[in-house]
Amino acid sequence: MNLAEQLPVIPIILPLVAAPLTLLIRPGRAPWAWVTFISWLIFAACVAILADVAANGVISYHLGDWAPPIGIEYRIDLANALVLALVSGVAAAVFPFAYESVRTEIDDRQSPFFYTMMLINLTGLLGVTITGDAFNVFVFLEISSISTYALVAMGARRDRRALTSAFNYLVMGTIGATFFVIGLGLLYQATGTLNMADLHLKLAGLNNRVVEAGFAFILVGIGLKLAMFPMHLWLPNAYTYAPSAVSAFIAATATKVAVYVLVRFFFTVFGLDFAFLTKAFTFVLLPLGLAGMFLASLVAVFQEDVKRMLAYSSVGQIGYMLLGISFGTEKGLAAALIHVVNHGLMKGALFMAVACVVLRLGDQRCDAFQGLARRMPFTTWAFVISGLSLVGVPMTVGFVSKWYLVNAAFAAGNIAAAFLVVASSLIAAVYVGRIVELMVLREPAETASGSRPVKEAPWSMVIPMWVLVIANIYFGVHTEFTAGLASQAAAALMTIAGGR
Amino acid sequence: MISPELAIIASLAVPLAGCLAIWLLDKRPNLREGATLATGVILLALTIVVFAAVGAGARPGYEVFTVMSGAPLAFRAEPLGAMFAVLAAGLWLVNSLYSIGYMRGHHEAHQTRFYMAFAIAISSAVGVAYAANLFTLFIFYEVLTLSTWPLVAHKGDEKARRGGRIYLGVLLATSMGLLLPAIVWTYAIAGSTDFTVGGLLARHVDDAGPVAAILLGLYAFGIGKAALMPVHPWLPNAMVAPTPVSAFLHAVAVVKAGVFAILKVAVYIFGVDFLHKTGAATPYLWVAAGSILLASAIAMHKDNLKARLAFSTVSQLAYVTLGAMLATSMGVMGAGVQIAAHALGKMTLFMCAGAIMIAAHKENISEMRGLGRKMPVTFGAFFIGALSVIGLPPLAGSWPKFFLMLGAVDAGQLSIIAILIVSSLLNVVYLLSIPLQAFYLSPETGGGKARGAGEAGAPAIDWGDLKEAPLLCVLPPVLTAIGAFVLFFYADPLFAYLAPILEDQ
Repeated sequence: MNLAEQLPVIPIILPLVAAPLTLLIRPGRAPWAWVTFISWLIFAACVAILADVAANGVISYHLGDWAPPIGIEYRIDLANALVLALVSGVAAAVFPFAYESVRTEIDDRQSPFFYTMMLINLTGLLGVTITGDAFNVFVFLEISSISTYALVAMGARRDRRALTSAFNYLVMGTIGATFFVIGLGLLYQATGTLNMADLHLKLAGLNNRVVEAGFAFILVGIGLKLAMFPMHLWLPNAYTYAPSAVSAFIAATATKVAVYVLVRFFFTVFGLDFAFLTKAFTFVLLPLGLAGMFLASLVAVFQEDVKRMLAYSSVGQIGYMLLGISFGTEKGLAAALIHVVNHGLMKGALFMAVACVVLRLGDQRCDAFQGLARRMPFTTWAFVISGLSLVGVPMTVGFVSKWYLVNAAFAAGNIAAAFLVVASSLIAAVYVGRIVELMVLREPAETASGSRPVKEAPWSMVIPMWVLVIANIYFGVHTEFTAGLASQAAAALMTIAGGR
Repeated sequence: MISPELAIIASLAVPLAGCLAIWLLDKRPNLREGATLATGVILLALTIVVFAAVGAGARPGYEVFTVMSGAPLAFRAEPLGAMFAVLAAGLWLVNSLYSIGYMRGHHEAHQTRFYMAFAIAISSAVGVAYAANLFTLFIFYEVLTLSTWPLVAHKGDEKARRGGRIYLGVLLATSMGLLLPAIVWTYAIAGSTDFTVGGLLARHVDDAGPVAAILLGLYAFGIGKAALMPVHPWLPNAMVAPTPVSAFLHAVAVVKAGVFAILKVAVYIFGVDFLHKTGAATPYLWVAAGSILLASAIAMHKDNLKARLAFSTVSQLAYVTLGAMLATSMGVMGAGVQIAAHALGKMTLFMCAGAIMIAAHKENISEMRGLGRKMPVTFGAFFIGALSVIGLPPLAGSWPKFFLMLGAVDAGQLSIIAILIVSSLLNVVYLLSIPLQAFYLSPETGGGKARGAGEAGAPAIDWGDLKEAPLLCVLPPVLTAIGAFVLFFYADPLFAYLAPILEDQ
């Protein structure tokens, strides 16, 4: 048994073992240093997995050497290898970033608990992504969700409203999980298996009520987890009141992973032969995706709290991904996967910039951003560049996403959708432009006399933030990595799904 | 001599290096302006190298990297672009001289930022000129919008900020909302966005034919910089900018980048024959014709000199669009020559307006009566510029009108000729009246409109008592006025130079 053979399980085992160990470490700098180190190891492992999959094709890892479909299988193709790299990459950037932010926002004695939760959350997200077993998805989804509830609640030291929003999230998230597991139960009833590849084989040609009901439950369950409009109501509060570092991490990863799960179930479990799926595309994903794109973006324009604004923007951006999936074509799926990765990069950077502002000003309302360009230039320009990326300005990842999505819409013959995408990106230009104008063009508000002048955020925050900002530009120019791999992944998924 | 391929890349990089130098020389204004001028001279030399190579039949190109399959960041010089680049670089040099005189004469703040943004703007204008495909053009088009925004909002007061918001709002909304989908649509149909001699879409007639009219409309209104009504409001609002910005960017670089893009789309994306056959362009021909007349009519009512010039620009830009939409070779030629001729004429007018503002602190035309006797050189240059814009020989502006009329005959649109004639008459009224009033009427005192005594005999110019603007504000408009005169005699070479854009290779 050599290490290379065990590579696929490392991203799960490592944080799962490291997380309880974190609890034993004394509060202070040490827990942070420990989880940062772990997150980098995981990122390295995930990159190695991605390289392996890109070079040698699908990896199938049998947990405990139990052969599927009885045993649990980790099945990694390009689609989930890409999401693994995104999640672990964002973790590797947010964990080092978190220290200063967490120190001011969370009681120091809680810091081992906090970092433990972060690692468990990471485990859950990676587990959902990596596994080829449907029930395993549920288990890891709950691991990540429950740890998120706890993390959101930790924002209570700064704002008590974090408690209610965590509770709301818990109720909604649990409903989602219950629906999901009911759906899985129905599928199990119909097929007698939980392995995804096996499910796909056994579901072929099966079109009865049980499977249809199972599909519907799964769609609603995952829809809640990924904040599909109008099931997004838990999201804005959770993102707003969570500790800033948590917002940055979950905004960039959690919903993206849920979108991936949706894709996984749609294309590799049910497949395009399943007549109900096409109906779901036309009557659920397309209208709800478009509604999210517009309504959530419009709501974002009128927010007075920048984190809440970005949260609504996330709901809108998820609409893009749903729209891409709803075309049911290879190009549409590729656009959705590209946007999963790209949106993770831009939202991560944006929430990190807000975290820097919260650290220095203790305030996340729009007014606090006034005149920041003079006082926190690195943070300001990080926000501006990743904001432009969100709008979809050329040479950023946002533009690549938009290009593929609009192209997919034209190719699918849905010309109206193409124009709605660009129209919605103009709304993004309004809400991003509003903050940018405040930051760059306005003079700083008069500070109360005696208060210390506002400084730039510490390097431990600026550097990870700029790593993500530069990734926004780098992958906006060199698209063979994101767009190239995502297109290949989409092609592979479509082959399994039996796409047109 | 450097190779034209290298010159293309260098002409993009040199202004950026200049921008850096300007930033580093922040505290030494003389050296800083020296950096601007040196950049201008080098840039002009580089664009001339490319211009000469293209004239000799070469099509130098350079592919930087492929962003998406079928949409690389690539440059390729062809006659239209080479002409636009030389024009932009040459007039930037002239305008830089003028900027120095104006900005110092007006004691403007933030001059370093001003020159830096200018350098980025010229780099992106050259990028638009040399773009080998729509994707590249779009990138530089957006950079041009963003880099000129701080110039428009330069003064930073509420009025300037409002103007800047409208400027950015209209240009970004049109480009993101209409131009980008048009480009992606083209890409979805043709699998590429390359500018192709004979027309890219002409090779995909089956797919492109039914949607040609819609697609052309997306381009015509999506390229907001061409200021085709009703997407023109950004241009009058951009007049809050310092005059050198209005003179160069809103008479040459920005607006010409717009009409240049429309012309390139018509010639290289659709193809003249394709447009002619499908008749897709006809509706927009009438939009352009309406834009010409309506903008002229509005211009007549404007008392603020820069506002009047701005609406005159809207009208004159529509000539280029009109030429493209005529879908005949003569129309395209007229449009191409109009880009050059109008640039010289209108820039002269704007620079004169700035000189008047510096020397006499007057912005309204009604206050300029009799001013010609104090500023004969400025108003003389203005007179020549106005004649050229109207289209009277022996000035450059007469050729495009001539070609456009020929094009209208070829296209069988005789009523277009009538519109062109009416427009020229309107131009006479609202442009020539300015220098004539300045020379022949006496300055009025008080607010009354009484005329009489002053008109009896216009006193001769008292050469000993002139109140001209500083030399650097007066010399540049004289240079461009001379340019408008000289270009009249070089119309034939220019015509021959542009001719290959219509030939299949």
